[in-house]
Amino acid sequence: MPSSRSPVLVANGQGFWGDSPLGPLRLVREGPLHYLTLDYLAEVTMSIMQKQKRRDPNAGFATDFVKMLERVLPLCMEKGVRIVANAGGVNPSACRRACAEVVRKLKLPGVKIGVIEGDDILARLPELIASGEEFKNLDTGEPLSKVLQSVECANVYIGAFPIAEALSKGAHIVIAGRCTDPALLGGPLVYEFGWRPEDTEKLAAATVAGHIIECGPQCTGGNYSNWRDVPNLAKIGYPIAECREDGSFVITKHEGTGGLVDTKTVASQLLYEMGDPKRYIGPDIVADFTSIQMKQDGRDRVRVTGVRGAPATPTYKVSIAYRKGYKAQGQLTIAGPDAVEKAKLCADVVFERLAMDNCNFAPEERLVELIGTGVCHAGIVNNADPVEVVLRIGVKSMDEKKVARFGYEIAPLVTSGPPGVTGFAGGRPAPAEIIAYWPALIQKNKIQTNVTVEEVQL
Amino acid sequence: MKTEKIKLSEIAYARSGDKGDGSNVGIAAYTNEGYEILRRELTAARVKQHFAGIALGDVDRYEAPNMLALNFILHDSLGGGGSESLKTDAQGKTHGIGLLRMEIEVPVGVKLK
Repeated sequence: MPSSRSPVLVANGQGFWGDSPLGPLRLVREGPLHYLTLDYLAEVTMSIMQKQKRRDPNAGFATDFVKMLERVLPLCMEKGVRIVANAGGVNPSACRRACAEVVRKLKLPGVKIGVIEGDDILARLPELIASGEEFKNLDTGEPLSKVLQSVECANVYIGAFPIAEALSKGAHIVIAGRCTDPALLGGPLVYEFGWRPEDTEKLAAATVAGHIIECGPQCTGGNYSNWRDVPNLAKIGYPIAECREDGSFVITKHEGTGGLVDTKTVASQLLYEMGDPKRYIGPDIVADFTSIQMKQDGRDRVRVTGVRGAPATPTYKVSIAYRKGYKAQGQLTIAGPDAVEKAKLCADVVFERLAMDNCNFAPEERLVELIGTGVCHAGIVNNADPVEVVLRIGVKSMDEKKVARFGYEIAPLVTSGPPGVTGFAGGRPAPAEIIAYWPALIQKNKIQTNVTVEEVQL
Repeated sequence: MKTEKIKLSEIAYARSGDKGDGSNVGIAAYTNEGYEILRRELTAARVKQHFAGIALGDVDRYEAPNMLALNFILHDSLGGGGSESLKTDAQGKTHGIGLLRMEIEVPVGVKLK
């Protein structure tokens, strides 16, 4: 059933877990909107949530989302703004229960929450491997069996259609687990415009629009090469896509907000995390980024047309995370004169003292950075004698005890190193588990998503 | 033809991010003339050379003329990538502006911005 409203306004208020709470609040308060999308997941996030769930069966989702909901939901219900978030993590049903608590606390009648499940295949891995899925690492070609015992979580990147299903069942809030970031926008459009899987070009356009807004203000002037051209970064407007049934859309932001929307700030975001521009592979579509046409359409408005695509592949991408040892990082500030020379001495002293206690790290297990000399652009620029440097030392190992032992040799440099060593803050570096990423594919016919929508009983 | 030495930042803008244990660097010119210069000057080999202190693996190169852009994948440029990396810039966030530091020779008087 095609929508009576056009364009459909979809905004993104959260580019990642840890983004500013001002994003969603200001989007809902400061102008018109139909859908508020919120992205909370990254590869590492899922494994953190899996750990939380193992300790507590009611944990394992984005708790920030629940806090955010308490602040935005009353106004969203009043203005008819529906919320789509991948906040479910590895426990979408627990996220629903937490959100329902918020709805009851706010005493908001008639709120329906939709939950999408079926992306989490951790428990099914043995069965799926037995059925012939090898989950070969897309980078190295190795089969998953190599690290199966260390796997922490495994989730399929699902697309727009289950989100659209939840909206068609009346959900005011849609909670997904691991869906692609662009699907958060694609779902509302599939629902509003009644698009079908064979609507290749339109789904490709929605994927492009979703990609542009998925990192929030990274398309409205944030992280932009010409940062001096961007007015009022503090009040930067989060992005809104005004989407039409023909697949065209305008990227903009609320009037009166800071930031900048022009073809260059939008193109910057299109280039972000790009691989082969002709083949941007999503669950519903393969989009051709070389077909995108952009045109300035008034102040802070960019019109995007002409997006082409190819039909979807027979596979979903799977995000698998596994344990791969431990790491720790410590840092000290070394004041000059001779800051670089003294910092190098400090690093040598750390590893020599560790060796005296039979704690050795191979060259590939350690990294010494002298921040201030040009570590981000090593080999491109070099400041040989900065007035001060930050010494940053990191180690990693499968042996947690070794990594813990390392942490004891940072602070002592303040009294037993060269002069001018300071800035030891934040306590002794502690080992953190390394969660490595294993990208793989799975045949789509092995995955069944399950969408449930329930009204919260007050 | 008279030429002058300029920084890429004078003719282009860029963005970078992580791609597994590598990074992608997208760079786009302000003008058509600038894009022709990018296409001519920025071979995969030259970009690999520029990032020799960062990218240990191969460099792939793609063209997106509709955005006046080139895209480079710098393999093995993040010290393992994700939570494995010990690097400060574990996600390659700064590689884009790192490419804009490159100096190139361009003909004098070409429209670049």
